[in-house]
Amino acid sequence: MRVKGQAATLDDLDWKILQALQENARESYTEIGRHLRITHSTVYERIKRMEKHGILKKYTAVIDLEKTDLRQVTAIMTVITDPKESENVASKLSEFEEVFEVFTSLSEELSIVAKVVAENQDRLHSFIAQSVAPLPGVLRIRTQIVTRKHKEQGLIIKRS
Amino acid sequence: MSQKEARHPLTTSLPRERAFYFFTSIGNYTGESAASLEEFIEKIKEISAKSLEFHLYRGDFEKWIAGTLEDKELAEEIRNLQNLNLTGEILRGQLYFIISKRYEKLKT
Repeated sequence: MRVKGQAATLDDLDWKILQALQENARESYTEIGRHLRITHSTVYERIKRMEKHGILKKYTAVIDLEKTDLRQVTAIMTVITDPKESENVASKLSEFEEVFEVFTSLSEELSIVAKVVAENQDRLHSFIAQSVAPLPGVLRIRTQIVTRKHKEQGLIIKRS
Repeated sequence: MSQKEARHPLTTSLPRERAFYFFTSIGNYTGESAASLEEFIEKIKEISAKSLEFHLYRGDFEKWIAGTLEDKELAEEIRNLQNLNLTGEILRGQLYFIISKRYEKLKT
């Protein structure tokens, strides 16, 4: 890994280690090393370097809620904003615990797309009506409730 | 609640977080809001009937009128409208009639 300014250039081995961690973050350095045919100390050093530079932000758990008795509603919310206020709206949205992901997108209008999770549809609506709609610069909101998740995986495209 | 006890912001604007925001369904905000009773009446005239139906049958109008405008009498009149199962333009007409009548009464 080479660091130049804000961006780090990762080599093929770094990417393979990241890919291995995305598949199973609990795999030991020795196991990852065995799969990639490198020593566990190499794996350790590279992981520590990527943690230090904030490339590896955290290790988390992927939970399949459909296999639990917890019922909650996931929605994809598109917020059309006044371009002048867009950054502020995105920043405010990011602070809410109901909001899990926030993206800015530009199609015909400037919009913010966010993944929102709530206990039920009533709570989802209350959150959007009381916390999102009143934000300065919000022009309209479109919300799609997710009925079924078909795929979820890490963000790295497999490198050949 | 008597006429004198109602604390309507008839024309003055409420802060953004206390305004009424018009939706057409769960999470779908039209971009229209009302921050006073006067503005609310104007919006009733122009907002889509779908939005009026959505809020009336969820009890949102009566909740905002009782909770924010603190007008239990008007809130009860709105709640009674639910029993009539009105929709579309007939609902709009009835809502407009009830709210504007109350507004005129409070104004005098």
